[in-house]
Amino acid sequence: MSVGEHPSFPVAARAALADTQLRHNLAHATHAIRDKRAAAVAELPDWEQLREAGRGIKDRVMRHLDEYLVELEAAVTAAGGTVHWARDGEECNRIVSDLVVAQGVDEVVKVKSLTTEETELNAALARRGIRAWETDLAQLIIQLAGDLPSHVLVPAIHKNRTQIRDLFRAQLPGAPADLTDDPERLVDVARTHLRRMFLEAKVGISGANFAVAETGTVCVVESEGNGRMCTTLPEVLISVMGIEKVVPAWRDLEVFLALLPRSSTAERMNPYTSLWTGVRDGDGPREFHLVLLDNGRTNVLADQVGRQALHCIRCSACLNVCPVYERAGGHAYDSVYPGPIGAILTPLLSDVKDHRSLPYASSLCGACYEVCPVKINIPEVLVHLRDRVTSEPPPDRHGLRGRVDPERLAMRALARVFASRRAYESAQRAARRGQGPFVRDGSVRQLPGPLGAWTSARDLPAVPPQSFRDWWRAREGGR
Amino acid sequence: MPLTRASLFITCLNDTLFPQTGRAVVTLLERLGVAVDFPSEQTCCGQMHFNTGYPREAIPLVRRFVRAFADAEVIVSPSASCVGMVRDAYPELARRSGDDSLVAAVDGLLPRVLELTELLVDRLGLHDVGAHFPHRVTYHPTCHSLRALALGERPLTLLRAVGGIDLVPLPDGDQCCGFGGTFAVKNADTSVAMLSHKMRAVLDTGAEVIAAADNSCLMQIGGGLARQRAGVRAMHVAEILASGAGGRAG
Repeated sequence: MSVGEHPSFPVAARAALADTQLRHNLAHATHAIRDKRAAAVAELPDWEQLREAGRGIKDRVMRHLDEYLVELEAAVTAAGGTVHWARDGEECNRIVSDLVVAQGVDEVVKVKSLTTEETELNAALARRGIRAWETDLAQLIIQLAGDLPSHVLVPAIHKNRTQIRDLFRAQLPGAPADLTDDPERLVDVARTHLRRMFLEAKVGISGANFAVAETGTVCVVESEGNGRMCTTLPEVLISVMGIEKVVPAWRDLEVFLALLPRSSTAERMNPYTSLWTGVRDGDGPREFHLVLLDNGRTNVLADQVGRQALHCIRCSACLNVCPVYERAGGHAYDSVYPGPIGAILTPLLSDVKDHRSLPYASSLCGACYEVCPVKINIPEVLVHLRDRVTSEPPPDRHGLRGRVDPERLAMRALARVFASRRAYESAQRAARRGQGPFVRDGSVRQLPGPLGAWTSARDLPAVPPQSFRDWWRAREGGR
Repeated sequence: MPLTRASLFITCLNDTLFPQTGRAVVTLLERLGVAVDFPSEQTCCGQMHFNTGYPREAIPLVRRFVRAFADAEVIVSPSASCVGMVRDAYPELARRSGDDSLVAAVDGLLPRVLELTELLVDRLGLHDVGAHFPHRVTYHPTCHSLRALALGERPLTLLRAVGGIDLVPLPDGDQCCGFGGTFAVKNADTSVAMLSHKMRAVLDTGAEVIAAADNSCLMQIGGGLARQRAGVRAMHVAEILASGAGGRAG
């Protein structure tokens, strides 16, 4: 993740909210997946126990991460693979680039991987003269468009098929000029291009959904089969994995392979589950490298409330139910991890200072927590991160702001008002008197300052002549 | 054990902006034979501070709440979100204060804090509270009603028994209205985009009244509808339950 202050969520969201095509695409797609997920989950009578098991396993992994990672390294090595440790994205990209350069190739094929998006691996490879071809259809669309993913699972969710047709015509090698937006034709030209890439590529690069410590087995789940092409056809396979993706034992996969597909694509089982353990003569890659990436994860581990964000299995159920994501879209989160999980994971992995508006990009409605297959209490972490944001002074760009933050002053003043009945009651009276110029027919239609954001689209009831406590006092006095 | 007395936790928002809801709670409970008292030292539960990232400012308010309601047999509130705040955040805030006596006081207090429809249905065992309200009403289950308190069918059960009511379901009811406390101001554009969806759903029902168990969400929905001169009134569930035969709300 790049360093520096990012555009604030409210500003980025404003542009997305005005994009009617995006609004339509997102509402349509998220509601379709949302309803299908609910049906797929309802089929399992023990869904809540599965969620509890998923959370339990992840809790244990985080408590003993050091041991499981060393166990994983030993098992992968014993199976003929090589394990590399990367402190951050830069080190990860250098390790992968060196491995590719050593093969003397200038093209690689890739399985869709959020972790390599996080490290911006493709750009790093390009700087070493290597072209990385994305092979997941949606990820390929994003790559050809020079765009950023806007969804964890469906990176091109913000694009419709006409937009994709135009893109393929302009950018995809071998796409005919008379290409229509018929989905079958679109898939056909992509398939022709990808088949050629699979057969030619000498190096494949993947992420990892899970890795089993006891056996050294790496697991990738996908829908298209293109991932399996990348993990089986090339001579060399490099997998990049966040250290939190390790699971202790083979049988733990049973839990996650039930939780993940139903939560993400609303399928009972995903079409392709690829599992491999090291290398084997005459079958699959001859060389296997596993890069274990930290990139801020051990810092998250140290945050007792925030560490549950590392439980995430990247299903995207929280995005699909989020009323904020549905309207503001993925790009407003300015990260490879959008939506509710992104609003906590991004500031946790990099720095709260660089993403001060993200923990506030939620109405705390709780829909995300309700669907999370590993029970990450996202609202709890959001509120925790808001505390961390207010505990650090804002960047002192205009000299005074660091010391005189208007929100902080207002909150402190209100805390003083609420600390005494007398102060509270006189504040009520002051509000009643002070509202005079703004009240018309019992309503406030326009307020100055930050509260003007409320009255931009909503009336506010005027403070009535008698508060409840005034009424109560009058009533009791009359008895 | 029959309930004879309940202490009203009005909430600062209701006290200041929606006193008619508090009057309705008093009318309703007294009609049902429950005496009401109002500890006047109460101010605010601290939800806005806590949710906006100022937990340190909220801790004195926890202390204040516990003191104000120390003698209460039952504490009742017409606000799902403020009850949710007390139930979910107070134990953690008390722990953070480092004051063991506050932790113990919060522990002792929590089982006595009830949202209004919890009190009516669970504690008093009532469905029909003898109200009469001959209007078309749709009910919005606010996020705190739905997820923090899991009020479930309680408010609907009470509303269905109201005489003369035409209760119609609200499509996409489980969707947030976009209020979210300071979210409504900090992310006003997204908040309004969420609100417009909610208003469309309300208007599609043809209801005259949008009801909920939280005036904060009703301030958002009602504020949007009022701005559009939509002709739909926002009313707290308590005001509907207090209407009619046994007494008039407001």
